[in-house]
Amino acid sequence: MTGAPSENIQKTLNDPRLQLAIYAASGRLMDHRATAVQTEVLPEYQDLRTQANQIKKHTIENLDYYLEQLEANVVAHGGQVVFCRDGQEVADFVLGLAKKNDARLIVKSKSMTSEEIHFNERLAHHQLEAVETDLGEYIIQLAHQRPYHIVAPALHLTRYDVADIFTERLGVEREVVPENQTKIARAVLREKFLQADIGVTGANFLIADSGAVVVVENEGNARLSSSTPKIHIAVAGIEKLIPRAQDLAVFLDLLGRSATGQPLTVYTSFLSGPRRGDEVDGPDEFYLVLLDNGRTKLLVDPEKRQSLYCIRCGACLNHCPVYRKIGGHNYPWVYSGPIGAIITPQFHDITENGWLPFASSLCGACAEVCPVKIEIPKLLLKLRSEVTDVKRQHGASGLERFAFRMFAWVMAHPKIYLLGGRIGAILAPLVPPVGPLKKWASQRTLPRPAKQSFHQLWAARKRK
Amino acid sequence: MTSRDQILADIRTALGRTAGQRPAPLTAPLLRGPRFDRDLYIQTFVQRFEKLAGKAFAVPDAAAVLPQLSPLLDGKRVVASHAPFLDTCGITALPQVQSGFSGRDALRDACAAADIGITSADYALAETGTLVMLSSRQEARLVSLLPPVHVAIVPRSRILANLDELLTLLPKPAEQSSSMVLITGPSRTADIEQILIRGVHGPGEIYAVIVENA
Repeated sequence: MTGAPSENIQKTLNDPRLQLAIYAASGRLMDHRATAVQTEVLPEYQDLRTQANQIKKHTIENLDYYLEQLEANVVAHGGQVVFCRDGQEVADFVLGLAKKNDARLIVKSKSMTSEEIHFNERLAHHQLEAVETDLGEYIIQLAHQRPYHIVAPALHLTRYDVADIFTERLGVEREVVPENQTKIARAVLREKFLQADIGVTGANFLIADSGAVVVVENEGNARLSSSTPKIHIAVAGIEKLIPRAQDLAVFLDLLGRSATGQPLTVYTSFLSGPRRGDEVDGPDEFYLVLLDNGRTKLLVDPEKRQSLYCIRCGACLNHCPVYRKIGGHNYPWVYSGPIGAIITPQFHDITENGWLPFASSLCGACAEVCPVKIEIPKLLLKLRSEVTDVKRQHGASGLERFAFRMFAWVMAHPKIYLLGGRIGAILAPLVPPVGPLKKWASQRTLPRPAKQSFHQLWAARKRK
Repeated sequence: MTSRDQILADIRTALGRTAGQRPAPLTAPLLRGPRFDRDLYIQTFVQRFEKLAGKAFAVPDAAAVLPQLSPLLDGKRVVASHAPFLDTCGITALPQVQSGFSGRDALRDACAAADIGITSADYALAETGTLVMLSSRQEARLVSLLPPVHVAIVPRSRILANLDELLTLLPKPAEQSSSMVLITGPSRTADIEQILIRGVHGPGEIYAVIVENA
């Protein structure tokens, strides 16, 4: 069982610049969301959440039916659907298609699903260049890092970091003004858009009754990725489905507001198939890659399957007291924060990152702001008990088990308990902080035992 | 077994379902009506559009469009879509305006070199200040995307209250077009230190001209 990356977490906690960046950015996103969902602006907010939850529940519980409907409608609009079990199958498909079309360059818009399968790295091994085009993603791709936040990937970097990265990777003169940095990126990426053979996007929603993918964004890079090259590939997890285009009235009202406080993001693209006969532009070929990569495993448990309702708005990260201290890179997988803490152990072996469900104060803020009402704290508790069960089976915690058995015995014997309490009160201040106590004491001050215990006070009161 | 069949089989096993089993009916999503009077559509649209840092004007009729736009278009390279309404407004007759592309590559090169792209819009949503563009023979995707400035000339009759009204009118947008895009403000990013910057990949400036008697 791997433990929490304590050293790296300590480093993050001791970095005042990073602490300020995380705190300020998540705080701002919290404020924006709060303004956008307040009753005066969106009186039906709670009702929309309930509807979103019901629609997702219904879709996930009938996932095979809606996947087949989606597939039939994509095909009816001239597109193709490619089911992939894992990242390797996605890479094989894209490489095959690239080879067939003699493609060298892929432009890519932001997609957590593609991050999840290390899409770019897999293709790079075969000399196929995939360029991230979302500004934040482009910066972190140049810096060889992974996203720090689901919607704000470069949240942890300053303009000075960006200046260094651009100077080093692009060979441009040092530029520290974000507006000019954006212009540099725009110019480089505009060329890529015009040269690219294939455009890859993610999908925020898959619309079963339309055979469509819906992509929301602010920059225009997803529009460019899906419209400039001759081939468009959308890569999405199978859980992104919703049954009907009309359901967007519920989900689009929630997604932008929960993520950045925008009633609608700048661009919402509703795309189905390649360009039609009389359309002037658009791709000639359209492929929808539907990825499992562990998702079907999450369907088995009726309670835990709600983890798949997530629409990746990032609100739970912004509101999480743990994320706001330890940041995104201390989580073991691309999905960080509370949603990462519940899906990482389920996608991977539960023992692999068993510490994750425990890294929570269970304050419940995540559940309160989740637009699709995932019961994150409840799932954290459920996963904790599963991790503990596995540990017990593996007998890895003999000492812990012994301690709890002793505890149970003492609690069942009042005289021993009282005696222990009295001895403890005398000894506790004298015990030096060594062994396991050392770590505990490094973050806490042991309160001085009261002069009289509750039992003693009670007895004295009775005597009066 | 193919990956497709494997995935569908895994799903069915996990959910205890059989192939082709129909789901229980799902209630239709509640679509909201307008929150304000139809007389206020133009005013609301203009207000919201400008709040997003766009510039919006309402003009009485098609003849008033050119006088409104000429200061913006003077001396610029302009690409216009094939929307018939742009002919009505006299846009396509201007000497600096290129229009009527038949080939995709020619259109793309012109858009990439243009200062301004002019389109109409299939719909506009008052509540959010949104332009709705369906790709078609008349409206290409790239005219509203590649040039740094986008101008949309919209007949008043195309203004709807909100997204809900759009989805009531177009319950299945994919039947009309391969692409429907909602444009809500100029292209923007806040990826560096959360500082708002406009015009990262799409147009950094957008204009809407609402034609009242159209």
